Amino acid sequence: MVDQIMTEYWPWLLALVTGLVTLKWRVLGVYFSGQLETTSPVFDWVSCVAYALIAGLVTRMIILPIGTLQETSSEARLTGAAIALLIFFAARRSVLMGTFAGVGLFIAMTWQT
Amino acid sequence: MAMTITLPHCGASREYFRTQQCERPSMPQDQYQQANYVYQYGSTKKAVFGGVRAAFGMPILALGASYLGLGSLVRDSDLSIWFGVFSTFTTWALPGQLAMLELYGTGASLVVIAVTVSLVNARFLPMMINVMPVIRHPSVPTWKYYLSAHLLSINSWAYLVQRGPLMPHEERFPYYIGFALTIWIAGMVCAALGFLLAGVVPRPVSLGLVFLNPIYFMLLIILGIKKPAIAFATLIGAVMGPLLHLVSPDWGLMATGVIAGSLGFFLGRIWERRQGNNGSASHG
Repeated sequence: MVDQIMTEYWPWLLALVTGLVTLKWRVLGVYFSGQLETTSPVFDWVSCVAYALIAGLVTRMIILPIGTLQETSSEARLTGAAIALLIFFAARRSVLMGTFAGVGLFIAMTWQT
Repeated sequence: MAMTITLPHCGASREYFRTQQCERPSMPQDQYQQANYVYQYGSTKKAVFGGVRAAFGMPILALGASYLGLGSLVRDSDLSIWFGVFSTFTTWALPGQLAMLELYGTGASLVVIAVTVSLVNARFLPMMINVMPVIRHPSVPTWKYYLSAHLLSINSWAYLVQRGPLMPHEERFPYYIGFALTIWIAGMVCAALGFLLAGVVPRPVSLGLVFLNPIYFMLLIILGIKKPAIAFATLIGAVMGPLLHLVSPDWGLMATGVIAGSLGFFLGRIWERRQGNNGSASHG
């Protein structure tokens, strides 16, 4: 009985806990931002940390993916990323063109294998 | 342009809009700013809709596609359609949601899942501290920031740090609400759609939808680089991310942020000091 309830509600509990541990960072961010101004060097430093973190996350997701992307070839992922960058700059920094060129090529390369 | 170097408080170009202010000191500041807002909506309500409009376009297209991918993964994991919607409602952070689904599949314990997701999503702390000075305005009561904190995502962060400084200060918070609320709802709708479309769409396409997420963020971030320090931090972070992940999958990302971010910050200072010594205080 208890087991049955647990299996049924387990994923929902996970989604709730996942949400709460994520929300915690956002709320702490508001709290810690205090009276920080955009002209402060601390603001510049935090910007650097945020950019570095996301840049690291992005290359990690492309080079060492966790989950479903693991079943795709690293050639497809790296070529897709390179083409996305190339088209992005060639098309005067167009995020739309870069994204679709990169993902399009990735899908084509994944299809072949 | 020629005025750039002469003003003592200009110094190195710490912030491009501040630098721009210094470039034409002859103009009264108010008038100058009025003339220079790239985005100006006129009222709070219009600023909210400005944010909504900005969301329709690349943000919804890219996030929508990514969340279609999540929806199809939810179906693969034998969970209900509402699970994808609920998870998007509670978490609203794709990498964390993907990690949670993955760990659920492997039967990990609650503690392991909570700690892993918490570390994957720790980026929200620096992002929030970063975005707050941009959107904070005396007319907005503090509780509203706490209430809306949940809406922050990489997308809204990138849009705010890029466009926020280009709009009147009092319009930034309503713009953020309009933008973030729209893509949040779109994310939930697309998580449900992705569930329904799973199986209909060929496998390479649904994998492409998952792949779209890092590619879109990569370009969005490059678009936001305006200062040398940020460029250094982004480059070093991009290289360190996968390397430190190999060292420690749990702490690698956090360490990347702090180490690469600090290195970038200091390299940026050195760079700007050099530029200053060469006689060009600003890259105006």
